[in-house]
Amino acid sequence: MTQAPVLDARSLCKRYPGVTAVDGVSFTVDEGRCFGLLGPNGAGKTTTVEMMEGLMAPSSGEVCYRGAPLGRRFQEEVGIQFQSTALQDFLTVRETLHLFQRLYQHTADLDQVIEVCALSELLARDNRKLSGGQRQRLLLAIALLNNPQVLFLDEPTTGLDPQSRRNFWGLIERIKRDNKTIVMTTHYMEEAYRLCDEIIIMDHGRIIAQGSPAELLAAHFDDTILQLPAADFTVSPEDLPFAVLQGDRCVEISTQDVDAAIRRLVQLGVSLQHLQIRPRTLDDLFLELTGRELRA
Amino acid sequence: MIRRFLAVLHARNMEFLRDRSSWGWSVAMPVMLVLAMAWIFWEDDQTLFKVAVFDSADAVDPSAHPFFATRHVDFFTTQNLDDAVHKVARHQIDMLIRLGDLAAYWVNEDSPRGYILERMLFGSRGASMSKQVVSGEPVRYIDWLLPGILGMNMMFSCLFGVGFIVVHYRKTGFLKRLNATPLRAVEFITAQIVSRLLITLLTTTLLFWGTSVFLNIRMEGSYLQLLVVAVLGAFALIALALVVASRVSSEELANGLLNLLVWPMMIMSGVWFSLEGASEFLQAAARLLPLTHILEAARAVMIDGSGWSEITANLVALAVMGFVLLALGARLFKWRSD
Repeated sequence: MTQAPVLDARSLCKRYPGVTAVDGVSFTVDEGRCFGLLGPNGAGKTTTVEMMEGLMAPSSGEVCYRGAPLGRRFQEEVGIQFQSTALQDFLTVRETLHLFQRLYQHTADLDQVIEVCALSELLARDNRKLSGGQRQRLLLAIALLNNPQVLFLDEPTTGLDPQSRRNFWGLIERIKRDNKTIVMTTHYMEEAYRLCDEIIIMDHGRIIAQGSPAELLAAHFDDTILQLPAADFTVSPEDLPFAVLQGDRCVEISTQDVDAAIRRLVQLGVSLQHLQIRPRTLDDLFLELTGRELRA
Repeated sequence: MIRRFLAVLHARNMEFLRDRSSWGWSVAMPVMLVLAMAWIFWEDDQTLFKVAVFDSADAVDPSAHPFFATRHVDFFTTQNLDDAVHKVARHQIDMLIRLGDLAAYWVNEDSPRGYILERMLFGSRGASMSKQVVSGEPVRYIDWLLPGILGMNMMFSCLFGVGFIVVHYRKTGFLKRLNATPLRAVEFITAQIVSRLLITLLTTTLLFWGTSVFLNIRMEGSYLQLLVVAVLGAFALIALALVVASRVSSEELANGLLNLLVWPMMIMSGVWFSLEGASEFLQAAARLLPLTHILEAARAVMIDGSGWSEITANLVALAVMGFVLLALGARLFKWRSD
């Protein structure tokens, strides 16, 4: 007998007067996978996630948790970290954790959650006095208090500095090792590439691509990008037998044969002092699929 | 269920108790008002002579008796003899006069002003009247005012303490976060009601005790009755706040709506002055407001020592308002804005 997916979104639609935010989205999320929803602002990813969290009723379609409609069991077994959440004023981190812990029947070991989220030094601190990164760690801890089977993370690192973001990724990787199912939305392609086993890319309320990051890139690209500062690119694009994209500050050369491209540039006398070679990224994929920048 | 309710209740209580500014203000504001009013009306209470004349006319006819020509005495007519006698007993009126075949005057022998007025009546050499002696302790304006200020403070505490906070929680997304847990709406709402009820009773008790000691406030009736009035009154006001806060997510709009409720109650419920003599329509409208019933019942208990039967109608009205508004608020309640 085939095991039902942990989450099954079936033809989800969300319509507002004059706007269709989500338009017939279907996908499944399997046990222990990290599933990412990518897309620009207004693509419908947060609306989709909120319908999957059971916080917003779809206009049509349904979401099933382990083969059954969302219900009390799902509420007990799901952990959610919202994009932005205010907490009660005048409570300490410890009191906030106790408050949320007491809302669930089955809870994780509080000391372990505190240790995982690196909150030990902050327990006596007022919620209002936390930095952005500390606050996100507290919100993640709240989402983990019921030892959830499914963890939703809605743009968990938006607004964090690069160091805090990388620290946060380390936390998520540690949680992944406990075989938890994670559904996350993000703007950051590096984040999705590093954390997600499977992604969907949404635009205008629809799924425009689905698969693992590596599969999607392999399916859409077979080239590599050579990047040069525009000031160093002193030749005409017509002199190269490759696709060349000229920007204000840099020039990108797309090639399936990096050696041949470099030889040709050397022949033309182009300085390679600042040459960078990079593989195709999810940013490129989005541009390819939609013709727009991902963070537009 | 109890565990979740207690968790939210505890968190809300801690939030309030640690917010020293709002905690301090909710105690300091009414204390200042009571002291200011006591000071402002102190002199007036010592000097004003008030004489009611039992007559169906709107104004006293100065030619009806030479005493009515006395200067610096406020003569006015009344159509309710029993009420006027009661006020003489409470020193709210210094003398009551009835002319005609059964001419008589009522005076409180414990009242210095009543004694002086009686001497002035004899000196006026008008038609004789029989003397009716009334007894009773004086009711100072501050005795009458204190229930009004305590009730007004309860009103502000309940309406803004619940209505504004719930809207704030919704606006900032805290309600949405709670909605993502197994917490039910009824558990959250009940916790807010109980928390505010405890806070309101605590602050009102402190105020009552403090002003009673400092101003020697009159308390004729039972403390248990007064507690029941306070509990049912706070319950009705909190339920009213929950209706306002059930869906609104703008603090500005909530502020406007709450003020729309506060000001009619401030004016029509008898916080500062009695509505006796006001139009019937105004008095009927005032009876739709919870604060009116709170103040009527509280004054009846504190000033007149009324028993349960005299305040039953007020208690029933408060309970009905509370449960109807609570049902409406729970029905309309939404965790998040649309």
